[in-house]
Amino acid sequence: MSIRIFVPIDSGALSVGAGDVAQAISAEAAARGLDIEVVRNGSRGLYWLEPLVEVDTHAGRLAFGPVTPEDVPALFDAGFHEGGMHRLGHGLTEHIPFLAGQERLTFRRVGITDPLSLVDYEAHGGFEGLLKAVGMDGAAIVKEVTDSGLRGRGGAAFPTGIKWNTVLHAAGPDKYVVCNADEGDSGTFSDRMLMEGDPYCLIEGMTIAGLAVGARHGYIYLRSEYPHAFHTLQQAIAKARDAGWLGSDVAGSGRSFELEVRLGAGAYVCGEETAMLESLEGKRGIVRFKPPLPAIQGLFGKPTVINNVMSLAAVPLILARGAAFYRDYGMGRSHGTLPFQLAGNLRHPGLVEKAFGITLRELLLDYGGGSASGRPIRAVQVGGPLGAYVPESQFDVPLDYEAYAAMGAMIGHGGLVAFDDTADMARLARYAMEFCATESCGKCTPCRIGSTRGVEVIDRIIADENRDANLALLDSLCDTMLNGSLCALGGMAPYPVKSALTHFPQDFGIAPVTAE
Amino acid sequence: MSVTPASVAPPEHRLAAIHAAVDTHRPRPGALLPMLHAIQDALGWVPPEAIPVIAAALNQSRAEIHGVVSFYHHFRTSPPGRHVVQVCRAESCQAKGGVALEEHAKRSLGIDWHQTTQDGAVSLEPVYCLGNCACSPAIRVGDEILGRVSCARFDRVIAELREEVPA
Repeated sequence: MSIRIFVPIDSGALSVGAGDVAQAISAEAAARGLDIEVVRNGSRGLYWLEPLVEVDTHAGRLAFGPVTPEDVPALFDAGFHEGGMHRLGHGLTEHIPFLAGQERLTFRRVGITDPLSLVDYEAHGGFEGLLKAVGMDGAAIVKEVTDSGLRGRGGAAFPTGIKWNTVLHAAGPDKYVVCNADEGDSGTFSDRMLMEGDPYCLIEGMTIAGLAVGARHGYIYLRSEYPHAFHTLQQAIAKARDAGWLGSDVAGSGRSFELEVRLGAGAYVCGEETAMLESLEGKRGIVRFKPPLPAIQGLFGKPTVINNVMSLAAVPLILARGAAFYRDYGMGRSHGTLPFQLAGNLRHPGLVEKAFGITLRELLLDYGGGSASGRPIRAVQVGGPLGAYVPESQFDVPLDYEAYAAMGAMIGHGGLVAFDDTADMARLARYAMEFCATESCGKCTPCRIGSTRGVEVIDRIIADENRDANLALLDSLCDTMLNGSLCALGGMAPYPVKSALTHFPQDFGIAPVTAE
Repeated sequence: MSVTPASVAPPEHRLAAIHAAVDTHRPRPGALLPMLHAIQDALGWVPPEAIPVIAAALNQSRAEIHGVVSFYHHFRTSPPGRHVVQVCRAESCQAKGGVALEEHAKRSLGIDWHQTTQDGAVSLEPVYCLGNCACSPAIRVGDEILGRVSCARFDRVIAELREEVPA
């Protein structure tokens, strides 16, 4: 029997040379006359070790990384393909502490299977949820999702089951399921990893959503910055259709569900659900007024379920194992797990799926290994470019939707970007406004004009022009944007600005307020 | 999404590509973005003569089509260089030396954002997150994403791109 060697095809792994490593391994094996099968898997999410090569053994999979093509002959010399030791070896992959401590539910297959192999998918629990759903009526599926406590993983944390229930009871024969895969938040990549590493999981989740609410057509709105995910999804959809998991007779149920991927075109605001609908309809990505809710009048004016990739990918397991299984993870009203994405200045960046309730300190130090530069971590932006900068004094607050909201921050899509003590928080605050100005859809004045004025005011504060007056102006401007913007882009851009000002005033030339 | 040098597509070929894209995607609901992607994939940009063809096919005004093309950062209304290089400006890359990489890219190429080098080899674009935040700083060259890009690696990539003979 041939030896199986895994080399990821995830775009993050490819970005640091996994493609060349896979070729080098195949070539070296051929030159040595060895019977080796190279499997292209998703990424395990241990990105500092990418390209991470794994060798299948009787004891489990052995990890080697980061591997360069130049390392390959020495790895074979050391007999790595037969369990031999090498300086790049890390022992059994599952025992690497970064991975061993995780609670992988949504990511249970990512990095383990060949993303496009239906055989692999089914061998690892794939389609169990869909097969259960096929035997249930819509209301029963919706109840299961409601009872699981699943809340929208895109950032807004709205209960998924309640949204589905609205669509289920909306009138009309035509309904849609739209997956928001416009993962534009900087510091986030879990959607990309799942779509590249386990695309059938998303397809299964969307199909279950379609059965639940009575929709026969689904769209995945994918950002154009993800060319690899686009190709993987297209192939996966074609294979799933050929195998009868999609199409006119889903899994022999007699019900139909069609799915297609649509590419965005580089507009951050299209991650806002109504702007995304406009874009799918072939228009400028301009935010709509709500109401009407998309669940009542969404895509092409029809009732539409809109969920993030992570929400939909959690659904198959909820159906397969039952609502209680999922609900028992987490704390308070934050049930289940969240795939946290560790990015920025960290020694061990990557994906950590854990139940809600873990702290930033645990994620940054126990998993992230502290800063890559070796300097103290000064601030962490949690939840994307509109998320607050969290200072060290708040690192012990549990990651729970309500606890974060109470301190004026948000968990969002679970991205963490760490900065060491060389970070200039005034420049980062300016960047937040600049980003908002670049990406504003232009519909509402607070966002369109406010962001540009925000850049100017911060520039004047940094240059010490009439600082006190400009600080008061910035405060008022942030207030206007927070309360007057139509959507979260203008409405939350003040979060990073205000948190930077509050926690790091010295970077703006203001003496910190000391407690008496 | 591969970028074909615009210089090799004469106007009559451009019109043929535009009509092919429009005809292929016209029956789809919400056809405009798929049409624009198909045109840009074939030509490297969305030339002005595409606007009236699309407008007629979708029964919309030219202004409406132009409005959509100009709204999205991805669509270009002028021909790019032989290679489009995007440098990520988002926070994770900033935390890992991205600002220095941005400055190096502009200085070493002698151009600003949205410009093309004089030899026509490289167009430089900013991008706000490539989803490669665990391997920051990141750039994109065509459809390839590159991670942990130091200034030296950037220079090597550019040198390789410049050596590639135009098709």
